[in-house]
Amino acid sequence: MTNLTTIPIHYYLIFCSVLFSIGVFGVLIKRNVLVILMSIELMINSINLLLAAFSTYTNDPAGQIFVFFIMVVAAAEVAIGLAIVVLIYRTTHSIDINILNKLKW
Amino acid sequence: MKIILILIPLLPFLGFLILGLGFSSIPRKATSYIGAGTILISFILSLFIFLNFHNSAISPPHYLATSLPQYFATSPPHYLFSWISIGQLQIPFSFLIDPLSLLMMLMVTGVSFIIHVYSIGYMKDDPGYNRFFSYMNLFVFFMLLLVMGANYPIMFIGWEGVGLCSYLLIGFWFKNHDYNNAAKKAFIMNRIGDLGFLLGMFLIFTTFNSLDFREIFARAKLMEPGNPILITITLLLFMGAVGKSAQIPLYTWLPDAMAGPTPVSALIHAATMVTAGVYMIARSNILYVLSPLTMEIMGVTALATALFAASIAVLQNDIKKILAYSTISQLGYMFLGLSAGAFTGAMFHLTTHAFFKALLFLAAGSVIHALGGAQDIRKMGGLRSRLPKTYWTFLIATIAIAGIPPLSGFFSKDEILLHLFEHNVTWWILAFAGSALTAFYMFRLLYLTFFRNFRGSDQQKHHLHESPAVMTIPLIILAVLAALGGLLNIPAVFGGGSWLTGFLAPVFADAVALSVPPATVSHATEWLLMATTLTGCLVMVFWAWRRYVKQAKGLLPDDAKRSLVVQLVSKKYYIDELYDFLFVKPALWLSRFLHQVVELRFIDRIVNGVGQVVVWTGNTVRYVQTGNVGFYMFIMILGIILILFFNILI
Repeated sequence: MTNLTTIPIHYYLIFCSVLFSIGVFGVLIKRNVLVILMSIELMINSINLLLAAFSTYTNDPAGQIFVFFIMVVAAAEVAIGLAIVVLIYRTTHSIDINILNKLKW
Repeated sequence: MKIILILIPLLPFLGFLILGLGFSSIPRKATSYIGAGTILISFILSLFIFLNFHNSAISPPHYLATSLPQYFATSPPHYLFSWISIGQLQIPFSFLIDPLSLLMMLMVTGVSFIIHVYSIGYMKDDPGYNRFFSYMNLFVFFMLLLVMGANYPIMFIGWEGVGLCSYLLIGFWFKNHDYNNAAKKAFIMNRIGDLGFLLGMFLIFTTFNSLDFREIFARAKLMEPGNPILITITLLLFMGAVGKSAQIPLYTWLPDAMAGPTPVSALIHAATMVTAGVYMIARSNILYVLSPLTMEIMGVTALATALFAASIAVLQNDIKKILAYSTISQLGYMFLGLSAGAFTGAMFHLTTHAFFKALLFLAAGSVIHALGGAQDIRKMGGLRSRLPKTYWTFLIATIAIAGIPPLSGFFSKDEILLHLFEHNVTWWILAFAGSALTAFYMFRLLYLTFFRNFRGSDQQKHHLHESPAVMTIPLIILAVLAALGGLLNIPAVFGGGSWLTGFLAPVFADAVALSVPPATVSHATEWLLMATTLTGCLVMVFWAWRRYVKQAKGLLPDDAKRSLVVQLVSKKYYIDELYDFLFVKPALWLSRFLHQVVELRFIDRIVNGVGQVVVWTGNTVRYVQTGNVGFYMFIMILGIILILFFNILI
């Protein structure tokens, strides 16, 4: 624990922001559904990391408990997301989101 | 005692509920028993209270000794429950039982019962039999509330309630559009009067801080005569009476109200409801005595109505319309009596009028029944031999209304005329002319209906029959009442005891004390006046006989050429047309304007415009839904950034 607190909190903040931004840009730029899902995971995990860091600094274990919950939810989300992707691939033979634009006006 | 008082109005109401909710599932026989039975019990209970009251400490000779406040102190209103209680405003639901309300209770329940029995026969084949009796019972309930209430709001409930029942019963045969229009006309014209009643009530409350009869009168009698507030109050209340009791200028609904079944005309539009205005003013007698200006206005209105309606009745040809105009005219006499300070005389005439006018209507109903619905007296005639019971009862009622002694109408009308003579000789002359006209048009009706030969179709002639006993027995009872009703108040000049005057004296004691006593006339003058009116009436009866029986006139068809005056009168002075032009047409025009311009051009366009804007916006903005997930993501993130940005800004 002690060696964790030696790193100042704003390092974690900057690092997590960069990680989150990478995730956001990944979602915006990438056309592959799998990569978009991975980017979303990246954003979630950046949040998790921040939660864990703050919980250590404030000596409040509640934040770390939250992280576990978020991981469980994220796992469930990925399971469903991947299942949808598989189904989409089976019907359209593509996982490019620019092709998946049938649902519009 | 209290439970009996509650039962008197409650029984007709229960009758209404049973008949109204059970509707057509109740057999006709049961309907008749419930409908007439509840009223009979109410009548018996009223009679019981009357006898109780009469024999109690306050018996007639005692009345004259006690003044009104003492009397009221000994007989407080019968408190039932607290009805409205808002801060200063305390209105208990209580009944005031005094000679005036007792007289009305007996008259209302008694005459209603007789008419209910008659209706059993008259309405026998009508599909709306149960509905008819339920409305009639509701009417009696409201009428009893009106006369028993101890304050103006309760009277007003009854007042509005009888108006409602009048509306329902005029439009009883609601499949006929004209009848519905007549019902609406009656309702709307009554509403104009009711506005006056309401405003008067408000003004009473702000002035006296109470709506209770006793308290108001106790405070009012200390006020200066001719006080402008009192004059305003009385004028507003009189406006209510003008609407309800069909005086000029709000009388035109009453002739049209004849669209209802004949028992309705007899009960509501002759005997009870239309006299509510007279009752209300007699009840507020102290206020009126202190407002000489209102009394003058009332007198002029009443005199004009009495003469005007009588002159219209002379040239009408519908048997019920003649009786309707006659009712308006007789109500005019009652108001004339009130305006001359003859409160007892007005109430006396009200009572006798209830008897003979109900009888006239019921007998007319019997004639209409025999002719299968025909009402034009030019198509009648010669019914004397075919409908003997109807003829004799009709004859008695006609003599009574014409004011020929010793039948009831003579005594009551004479009392009013006598007071008028003491009050103002010019008015007496005009009222005398009106009573002569009454004799003329009533005997014209009698002669055209029952004398000479039958003028209807052969089919009708074949069908002619006397009504069944259930209809003729009520006629006979009413004929006895109409003949003997005068005994209630035989004046001293005939050696009578003026029982009714004594009975009602405590109610009018303060009013009599406050008003300037008119110069009393000697008995010799009284005899002379009576002889004059009687001669006038008899001359008219003879003239009517000469004209309609001997010379066989009065059978002109509607489109016959007549002199200008006759044409004017027979068209009812074109008053309906005038009102149509002055009020109905502009109202319709305004409605049409509001519909076609304001509604269609403005309101509709605004509403449609809102809809069109929504549709247009939807059509335009839907292209944002491109289906491109990346675009959605971009917008979402942009949104989040903007929200964060604004958070920092604020």
